Amino acid sequence: MSGAVSTLHWSGDRANRFETNPSTREPAWVRRTILGLSLTFFAIFLLLPLITVFAEALRKGLETYWTALIEPDALSAIKLTLIAAIIAVPLNLVFGVMAAWAIAKFDFRGKYLLITLIDLPFSISPVVAGLIYVLVFGAQGWLGPWLFEHDIKIIFAIPGIVLATMFITVPFIARELIPLMQAQGREEEEAAVVLGANGWQTVWHVTLPNIKWGLLYGVILCNARAMGEFGAVSVVSGHIRGETNTLPLHVEILYNEYQFAAAFAVASLLALLALVTLVIKNWIEFQANRTSKETQ
Amino acid sequence: MGTVRRSRVLPGFNLSLGYTLAYLSLIVLVPLSAVFLKTATMTFDQFWEVVTAERVVATYKLSFGASLLAASINAVFGLMLAWALVRYHFPGKKIVDALIDLPFALPTAVAGISLTALYAPNGWLGQYLEPLGIKVAFGPLGILVALIFIGLPFVVRTVQPILEDMEAELEEAATSLGARRWQTFRYVIFPILLPALLTGFALAFARAVGEYGSVIFIAGNIPMVSEITPLMIITKLEQYDYTGATAIATVMLIFSFALLLIINGLQAWASKRTGREY
Repeated sequence: MSGAVSTLHWSGDRANRFETNPSTREPAWVRRTILGLSLTFFAIFLLLPLITVFAEALRKGLETYWTALIEPDALSAIKLTLIAAIIAVPLNLVFGVMAAWAIAKFDFRGKYLLITLIDLPFSISPVVAGLIYVLVFGAQGWLGPWLFEHDIKIIFAIPGIVLATMFITVPFIARELIPLMQAQGREEEEAAVVLGANGWQTVWHVTLPNIKWGLLYGVILCNARAMGEFGAVSVVSGHIRGETNTLPLHVEILYNEYQFAAAFAVASLLALLALVTLVIKNWIEFQANRTSKETQ
Repeated sequence: MGTVRRSRVLPGFNLSLGYTLAYLSLIVLVPLSAVFLKTATMTFDQFWEVVTAERVVATYKLSFGASLLAASINAVFGLMLAWALVRYHFPGKKIVDALIDLPFALPTAVAGISLTALYAPNGWLGQYLEPLGIKVAFGPLGILVALIFIGLPFVVRTVQPILEDMEAELEEAATSLGARRWQTFRYVIFPILLPALLTGFALAFARAVGEYGSVIFIAGNIPMVSEITPLMIITKLEQYDYTGATAIATVMLIFSFALLLIINGLQAWASKRTGREY
């Protein structure tokens, strides 16, 4: 289910070859209709919602906007969102490299089952993802009584939020690296080992330079999801203001309290994060494209 | 048995596979098994009573219906968008191409409140739709709009690479054999795109069925009218009915697994037809 994240693809704009070729060209009215319909659809369903976030955020003026961002609850939500991402992304990065190394560089039984299992979090509703941690760590859960005795809080506390975030983002980097490393084969690493490099040197000097753009791509998308996750985190958070609220949960609370301008102000921060993610993503695509052209 | 086992030159097999399995078990598989073990503590009659309750069945119908419809709409417009992005020049194309991924990058809660503001009776679009008697926000139509938003990139991003890889020769051959442009599309291009299009459709559908964040703000969440299945789980949890929540989660999980198998099958079909790895 790799389509669940857009994988790094290297393509230049080659529309010319279709537009100038009489047998791949549509009549002008067909072209205009397709362009008109698809771009209108794009504008209504993608562009307008994005513009709305910023318009609503600035509706009551810059001062209200700024106040909403620097009040203590917002700051603590920003902090918690960063904590969750700082823990979840590196752990899933290590997992992704390990999983891709095992899957791409070796043959073993059950490989495709393993890939399917890695994909699982993509196909599970975020709400169910949150629920499973409540069933394990919650007061009535498997470990609930033991955790209570030892005074450890996981559900309705920060560890639960981190765990739920990790669950949701498990496949992102692995799914980016597996096809990339499979396509690159094993010869380069095998040559390095035969020439006397140890495992660590091989990974560091041979594999990593080959996969760096794919890796970065996975990290960027993983981070965006980790910071923006709502459903799973909402189930395990308990919505304690100033303590267990991430940015998306803070948006929800403000919205439900009819503080629309404040809700959209905080939301605009997340929208900015999304835009920055998309810019970096495009920059990576550009770099990867250039690198692949140089090596050809 | 007669095959020679290739010796492993590369190091780290045990470490990397062991780590992968341990991490996956700890974070995903063991917690996930809790759902099934918890469900196993119910009798079948109890389970059946929870998952076929009238209010819950209404959510299945809405969740599946709206997701199917949204994925279908995305299949049509996603194909057109992918076509336009690959085959035509137009101003702002780079920006459009980049923004297609917005639903992947934008947190669902942000999408939810933004769409609600847009389609509310006093919103930019809502103010024109309201006099026409079209109520989008706080009803089932709003759910559809949210699901269209989150599903669109799945279709575009699965179809687009196939279109890009397609060589002009095929269409030139069709033209030289006397095919009209529509016939070329219908009998040459479309069959090549179909597996990818169905994969994109299935991915959008799978995502839509489980979606929560973007939907709950715009849905209005009226029992029997605009409640989605994930919301039922939340509702049960808020009533401390963990068993009930788990029973519904089991239904959703079984459905997700089935869909995952179908999607894997579709992708195998697609890569066989186009020779492209997924």
